[in-house]
Amino acid sequence: MEIERAIRVEELTKRFGDFTAVDHISFSVGRGEIFGFLGANGAGKTTAMRMLCGLSIPTSGVGYVAGFNVATQSEEVKKKIGYMSQKFSLYEDLKVWENLRLFGGIYGMSGRAIAEGTDRILNELGFAAERNTLVKSLPLGWKQKLAFSVSIFHEPKVVFLDEPTGGVDPVTRRQFWELIYQAAERGITIFVTTHYMDEAEYCDRVSIMVDGKIKALDTPRNLRSTFGVASMDEVFRRLAREAERKGD
Amino acid sequence: MYSVTASHISKSYGQVRALDDISFTVDKGEIFGLIGPDGAGKTTLFRILTTLLLPDAGSATVTGLDVVKDFWRIRNGIGYMPGRFSLYPDLTVEENLTFFATVFHTTIEENYSLIADIYKQIEPFKHRKAGKLSGGMKQKLALSCALIHKPTVLFLDEPTTGVDPVSRKEFWEMLVHLKSQGLSILVSTPYMDEASLCDRIALIQGGRFLRIDTPERIIESYPKPLFSVCASRMRSLLGDLRACRQVDSAFSFGASCHVTFRGEPDSAELADELRAKGYVDLWVEEIRPTVEDCFMLLSKESDDGN
Repeated sequence: MEIERAIRVEELTKRFGDFTAVDHISFSVGRGEIFGFLGANGAGKTTAMRMLCGLSIPTSGVGYVAGFNVATQSEEVKKKIGYMSQKFSLYEDLKVWENLRLFGGIYGMSGRAIAEGTDRILNELGFAAERNTLVKSLPLGWKQKLAFSVSIFHEPKVVFLDEPTGGVDPVTRRQFWELIYQAAERGITIFVTTHYMDEAEYCDRVSIMVDGKIKALDTPRNLRSTFGVASMDEVFRRLAREAERKGD
Repeated sequence: MYSVTASHISKSYGQVRALDDISFTVDKGEIFGLIGPDGAGKTTLFRILTTLLLPDAGSATVTGLDVVKDFWRIRNGIGYMPGRFSLYPDLTVEENLTFFATVFHTTIEENYSLIADIYKQIEPFKHRKAGKLSGGMKQKLALSCALIHKPTVLFLDEPTTGVDPVSRKEFWEMLVHLKSQGLSILVSTPYMDEASLCDRIALIQGGRFLRIDTPERIIESYPKPLFSVCASRMRSLLGDLRACRQVDSAFSFGASCHVTFRGEPDSAELADELRAKGYVDLWVEEIRPTVEDCFMLLSKESDDGN
């Protein structure tokens, strides 16, 4: 059992036939850290994330998430993590409280913990009046905030956020990041991908993948100064332009 | 002649008012951007203008033809790339393109010059099934299919959503090139940074246009001086800025916070107050607003007005 790091990855590799999607990546993420996982479409982010979530077995290398081996203890890993993406988050035909009940139940929370947690989350989000609203009739920004709260409902050690703010309006996008900060303050480790480069600046550290390899990993401030540019957007462009493979 | 006109268009789905009294025009050879979040009404507007949906009220024309009466003729003269990938996944790249050319009674060879720059990038994969393409290649194929019948107006609904910053930039370079060949382009995006690449933009939220103008004029109309504030501890800075009496609004913008003042701005006084709270490495400077600053201000005014 590995405790001091929320995520530790060494030489993690995934091959599909003769294609190496993830090519010997190594990094670690501390407890309560906000870690930005950037890369162009097709750089290998999704494949890497699937391995870390215990959904895909590495070809070689090792990965530990919340102290468990992603290859040999994937069921333990799944209990200790949360996941949210722009594409899949909540059940639209269930009410707000029903979604919380469902996900709480899936993660084995007690009825009482679910009831108390539901009250707390709805109050924090200012959604108390929407308890019985069907999720499909909520505005997108509300859905995304609720989806994030659901993803950390069972107090996971690590939460994986795959482009959580895509398409969200600018004000809600910023409120979303305030929720991320609050979760990180409570000790939840945040592993997040985004195509908004301003959001890369909100991360404690950022890695940038190019063609399956991690080409840069540091704080946003250090990356900007290393590359001698003014923004993360330029750092990203410098690195991604070197990519040889294109697309997803 | 305008390529697109819309006059007092409204559309509701049950209780939801998707579009509320929308009017605008797109000039010939113009790139017109609809900028706004998901759910703002962008796709509904595209569907009305491409003759796939009837408005509840108002009228619209495309290349001078009425979207209701002349829908058949309009469909021959426009290219439409819907937000969701809508090619045939079981057909190859080449078969998809041939299919769209045939439907419009033309051939790939006849209009090859128009798509050459884009199609050449995916031609090495022309025998691959469209469903097996990467995201960036799907996007290029969809654009090729939308162009193969030589349309005069191109409708692109969120072509860059979920696409990384480098590929997005390449896509916009293709659009500028198409514009130089005389096409009019109506394009929607949730990415505010793409607004500056359009000739004119409409900021849209909640089914209404907040403002229509050139990106430059929208930025110039920002009513207050805007300041950028950076400091050692960025994560607590936003809350502390909002607690300052002289601060009217404060938002995170990547590596800095954007701040407006109540009354006359006094950046030195603000810096002193932040220093008293223990901040070092302070940097306060007046900056030019971005389209995103304008969008947030206008959407707040719109909400307050309701």
